[in-house]
Amino acid sequence: MTAPIVKVVTSRFDIEDAHTLAVYERTGGYEGLRKALTMSPTAVHDEVKAATLLGRGGAGFPAGVKWGFCPPGVWPRYLVVNGDESEPGTYKDRLLMERDPHQLIEGCLIACYAAGLSQCFLYIRGEMALAQTRVARALNEAYAAGYVGRNVLGTNFSVDIVLHWGAGAYIVGEETALIESLEGNRGMPRLKPPYFPAAIGLYGKPTIVNNVETLSNLGWILRNGSDAYKQYGSESSPGTRMFAISGHVKRPGVYEVQHGITTFRDLFYDEQFCGGIRHDHQLKMFIPGGGSSPWFFEEQLDLPLEARPVGGAGSMLGSGAIVVMDETTDAVKACLRVVRFYARESCGKCTPCREGTNWLETILQRIYDGHGRPSDIDMLLDVGDNISPGPYPSAGWEAEGLAAVPFPPRQTTICPLGPSAVAPVTSALRRFRPEFEAKIRRRAVNIPLRVEESAHV
Amino acid sequence: MSDTAPAKSTVSVEINGHTIEANPGELVIDAAERNGVHIPRFCYHNRMRPVGMCRMCLVEIDQGRGPALSPSCMIPVTEGMKVDTESERTRKAQDGVLEFLLINHPLDCPVCDKGGECPLQDNTVAYGPGESRFVEEKRHYEKPIPISDLVFLDRERCILCDRCTRFAKEVAGDPLIHFQGRGSRTEVNTFPDEPFSSYFSGNTVQICPVGALTSSSYRFKARPWDLTEVESTCTTCSVGCSVTLQSSRNRLLRTMGVDNDATNWGWLCDRGRFDIEAVESDNRLAEPLVDGAPARWSDALRKAAAAISGALRDVGPSGIGVIGGARLTNESAYAWAKLAKGVIGTDNVDAQLGDGLPGELLFGLPRATIAEACAPKGTIVLLGSDPKETLGVLYLRLRHAVVEDKATLIELGHGASGLTRYARHALHGEPGGALVELAHQAVALLPEGQPVTVVLGRTSPTEDPAVLAEAAQVFAAYGARFLSGLTRGNVHGALDLGLAPGLLPGRVTLDAGRSTFTDAWGSVPAGRGKSTAAMLAAAADGSLPVLILLGADPINDSADRALAERALQRATVIAVDTFPTDSVAHASVVLPAAGYAETDGTTTNLEGRILPLRQAVTPPGTARADWAIAVELATRLEADLGFDAVEQIWAEIASLSAAHEGITAAALASARDGVIAAGSGGSGGRPATIDSVPAVTAKRVPLDPTKLRLVVRRTMYDGATLTQQSRSLPSLYNDNEVRLHPLDFEKLGVDEGADVTLVAAEGQLTLPVVSDRGVVRGTAVVLANVPDAPVNILLSPTSPVIDVRLEVVR
Amino acid sequence: MSRLTPENEAIAREIISRYPKPKSALIPLLHLSQEQNGHVTDEAMVHLAELVDVTPAEVIGTCTFYEMFKREPVGRYVVNICTNIAFQLLGAEELLHHAEHRLGIKAGNTTPDGLFTIEDVECVAACTEAPCLTVNYRYFYKVDGEDFDAIVEDLRNGRQPTRKAAETGPDGAIPSHGTLALERQHIPADRAAGNADPDSAPAPVWLEQQA
Repeated sequence: MTAPIVKVVTSRFDIEDAHTLAVYERTGGYEGLRKALTMSPTAVHDEVKAATLLGRGGAGFPAGVKWGFCPPGVWPRYLVVNGDESEPGTYKDRLLMERDPHQLIEGCLIACYAAGLSQCFLYIRGEMALAQTRVARALNEAYAAGYVGRNVLGTNFSVDIVLHWGAGAYIVGEETALIESLEGNRGMPRLKPPYFPAAIGLYGKPTIVNNVETLSNLGWILRNGSDAYKQYGSESSPGTRMFAISGHVKRPGVYEVQHGITTFRDLFYDEQFCGGIRHDHQLKMFIPGGGSSPWFFEEQLDLPLEARPVGGAGSMLGSGAIVVMDETTDAVKACLRVVRFYARESCGKCTPCREGTNWLETILQRIYDGHGRPSDIDMLLDVGDNISPGPYPSAGWEAEGLAAVPFPPRQTTICPLGPSAVAPVTSALRRFRPEFEAKIRRRAVNIPLRVEESAHV
Repeated sequence: MSDTAPAKSTVSVEINGHTIEANPGELVIDAAERNGVHIPRFCYHNRMRPVGMCRMCLVEIDQGRGPALSPSCMIPVTEGMKVDTESERTRKAQDGVLEFLLINHPLDCPVCDKGGECPLQDNTVAYGPGESRFVEEKRHYEKPIPISDLVFLDRERCILCDRCTRFAKEVAGDPLIHFQGRGSRTEVNTFPDEPFSSYFSGNTVQICPVGALTSSSYRFKARPWDLTEVESTCTTCSVGCSVTLQSSRNRLLRTMGVDNDATNWGWLCDRGRFDIEAVESDNRLAEPLVDGAPARWSDALRKAAAAISGALRDVGPSGIGVIGGARLTNESAYAWAKLAKGVIGTDNVDAQLGDGLPGELLFGLPRATIAEACAPKGTIVLLGSDPKETLGVLYLRLRHAVVEDKATLIELGHGASGLTRYARHALHGEPGGALVELAHQAVALLPEGQPVTVVLGRTSPTEDPAVLAEAAQVFAAYGARFLSGLTRGNVHGALDLGLAPGLLPGRVTLDAGRSTFTDAWGSVPAGRGKSTAAMLAAAADGSLPVLILLGADPINDSADRALAERALQRATVIAVDTFPTDSVAHASVVLPAAGYAETDGTTTNLEGRILPLRQAVTPPGTARADWAIAVELATRLEADLGFDAVEQIWAEIASLSAAHEGITAAALASARDGVIAAGSGGSGGRPATIDSVPAVTAKRVPLDPTKLRLVVRRTMYDGATLTQQSRSLPSLYNDNEVRLHPLDFEKLGVDEGADVTLVAAEGQLTLPVVSDRGVVRGTAVVLANVPDAPVNILLSPTSPVIDVRLEVVR
Repeated sequence: MSRLTPENEAIAREIISRYPKPKSALIPLLHLSQEQNGHVTDEAMVHLAELVDVTPAEVIGTCTFYEMFKREPVGRYVVNICTNIAFQLLGAEELLHHAEHRLGIKAGNTTPDGLFTIEDVECVAACTEAPCLTVNYRYFYKVDGEDFDAIVEDLRNGRQPTRKAAETGPDGAIPSHGTLALERQHIPADRAAGNADPDSAPAPVWLEQQA
């Protein structure tokens, strides 16, 4: 039985001109902020904690708890809004910013009020020109109407929200890289520890980094209360979540579903969502949580969309990006495409990711082009192991005692980007090794053989 | 608190099964190293912030939640931590990182300067894979590109460790090289047509863990295994940076910074690093000259002795003057002081050329070390000193103190310096007394309760030293300590050992040391002698017939070029030098001296720290040590200086000088950082050192609204002999210009870029004029000692200030 | 003259004023210079270095990290075709080949008339609408060869495409390369809360009332 559809963050998606202040105000907009301002900041913070609002950026950490990690007595604190969504398969945040920018602004204001954040930087992905336009216009409206800036709605709460946008670099979605980028630098991740943003963030000061979808929930929670929020979703994952389902389904799209009680099968096959695999083909595999998550297969379809069970099955829910692949999909090519993405997007800071992801792509390309060698399969796994020391979690291999994808993953790298390129390799090889072997056996005979065994340093 | 045991001052960490005690906050990689466990690394450098990028130092660290591969350069030790640098997982990770680094690294080791001293080679042998599984094409870039006049970059060899780029930004403050591109196409490079023109660029070559950065000076000169090396000290300026001198087949090829915690932290400035090339110059003086012709030593010495004897006979001891000596070793300085003051009997001895400060002032003020000046959260006052241009590595230390250690910098000077951008307050005024008023203002700005160190120098010879003395006393009254900003290599040793009028070895006055030194030397001069300016004036008017130049070039370096020329033409000149300078050209007798890296001995840095100088190569021809020349000359004057080895001279110094008491040869040999000469008492008959400064009131000279007051600024690269005789540096000096404050342009009716003539009482000089906001209004700033644009034709040592008229050249 | 114009320099100074540290404005300023010149010129980078008080090498270090910044001239219309996994599954490669064939250039190049540049890019964040492309970062969903030809034909003839970019409503016009948002943020002086200086900003006043 599929859980009924509830719209928390996408409630205005079907309303014309919902991105304008007039429509937003007419539909309950800024009521959450007004209510928050009648409460003490602590009470607002408590309300958010009570709602167990899990971060929607990937790690799934409760936002209210995260706000509490700022060291006491250290000022100023900043809010950085992570709108740099670029994980392959996902684009929920873009829609939230394009269609309901005031909802995000209201969330920012509530967060700043509750956690004592003195300035907010709203970082939008560089390629999202329309989102930048809509948020800029919404901010200008909100400033003029007294919602943002000095003495918000006549209170002593004052905060500027500064619109900032990037310029094309996937890695900037990583929160420390986002901060580097916001400081005008190359968006290369900082090492954690010691640079946990809540303690040492923007300009070395405590900084909360929250995802667009996470913040977009706050207005609703304040307006309706945490109890109302917890009526939806599961006990451990209340509310709703947005998922983008792409690939070989009949109706790809972005859907808001109840968190934790909707299953993958519901999403893929239910008529109110994707309506089944295209041409009624067989499902071959699916990526459950963005390109960096180990692949799932038929047998994981009945898992609920919730971090813990997905993690227990050897993958992760990540940023809500699901890519469905049917029986016609070439596993080698799919693997190559995902790995190519990470190789192109590696920032180059640490050695294993800079050199290793690129090498994985090269080997896969060689296999795909018919120049593979029998030793390449073991080499892929070993190079992967040197980026993310194994055993790498992989769906359906719990029998071997594999744990869920640890967060952060086991890595020789600074950030999880490098290991992200390993997940598709291990997933594809564990399940579809014969496809790789077949490509290697059929190697193009007209290509001169390379000297294989004597390539000494 | 009272009933608990004092907190343990160390942290217990288990490394490979052995428990060691680490310092709180220490990084795992450092704690392991101090305990004999080397963890391989590329990006980590203990004098820069860790970045954890190369991943070579990954080891398994267990902080209570099970072992995890962690970068040991980023993790501070914690109590009970377990570190395993040899586990299978660690080995696998190290092997993997090396394989990754090698897949795009060219195998041109046979023609790479780094081959044989390459961390990438060494780590590969120790921790790496035996063979590569990478069969594809490697990354290609244009092979080496010059990124400055001194440094070449080979991007194919680069492993992107961020050492050079971090150094440029964090240490030198010159972020002119930077990562560009992204991912596997990341490269280090400069901005187009904007070279890495940092005064400190050579350090990047030294710290590059592969052969990506090479110096134009050393490229393809030698293989590391052919080099022999000795540790010594750089004497290009007075900071006293520790170095190794590397030579092959009796040729000095390279110098590298050595990490001395007290002084240079491993860094060198490019001038110090590359002017050693001058040692191998073909222009070196290798044989004695008499009247311009090669001569035997015996003839040259006889001629010199005859000239001195003649002057003694005709005029007395005051007829002989000795200029220079700041280039000598301590031992040679002492030998020449003894020869001049004890044997010849003249007090006309001056190691400085009118561009320094009196020794009495430095001795009388409480002194500070570099470390004390740079103490975290302390206050540093720059008074008349521009360390970036004159004391390169001191600039790095001061900058670090301000940028990294939250020290407060207050600058007092005649215009912007290389440290102005780091100063909390920059107080600028014209020469002629303004600094004294500014000193009073600065005292009011000093943060409460912080130790204050004044870096006291005299960058502009157009400022009266009495002004600096009076300003210094304002801070002394506040309780400040002082670090000398005098710049010449061993000027502090020369002053300490008596190469100045009125002083005897050991920082004592003639009168205070008279009894001791009369006993030791036989006699000492009766009264205070002449300074360099007075000697030159006396020589020019004929009352001082013999001038001895000890590595001095008064024509270029003194404050009155014309006077120096007249003096050297009139007097009989005996020059002891390594190069045929403009002044040496006037000498009747030229005695070739052993130069840098050609003698053993010691030098004294601006802290008063005694540091070793060691011989790496033999002097050219028959050149010999300065002290040995003094001994020979004494013999010709029928005197015996009483020593014939460096060690004997040092022993004599330590036996007579209170400042040097207790600094034995053994103490020097065992002190890694050198030994501060700071004794003051009078035990064993040693006279007490000068310990106070008499109050001074300097003359105030108001600005003349019809003229511009001249300020002379020094730059790193100028006409200095070693700079000009090196291969790499001569072209690096800036052309001379007149810099004016933008608001003075209109008043003077000149346009930017126009040629103007500066007209002073002593002479005139034509230069282009440029606008500079860092110039004090009403002053004109020019550079000292620029070849072909000698500013000292405008100067006069007898005027407290130099005012010039500015004429536009039509 | 490819430094910022006086008008743009004024905008740049306003942008800089919104950050506690000037260098933070660097990416927005690089966009501004690209909006002015179509690409990021060396002269502009020198100008930006002056404006935010860093070296040109630091500016180029940041600039070259981000793929949207072009250091060489590109077409008036930059057509990005995503060939990432979700798109590849639904024919993105075919669309790319079609585009290359149609415009007679390989991805990464610009047509001789300077109108079009094609790029083979990763994720553009429209995965459920594959295959899709963006023109100067305006989305066109579920594009086939015919759609592509029509868009190109319109733009080549100086018309806005008959088929409007997705989601845009009245904001659908495609400006020339370099212009992103069609509206700039402007914080009125009397409404500004002010920057939170990392070195000196105090605790927020509204927190004090809670006790």
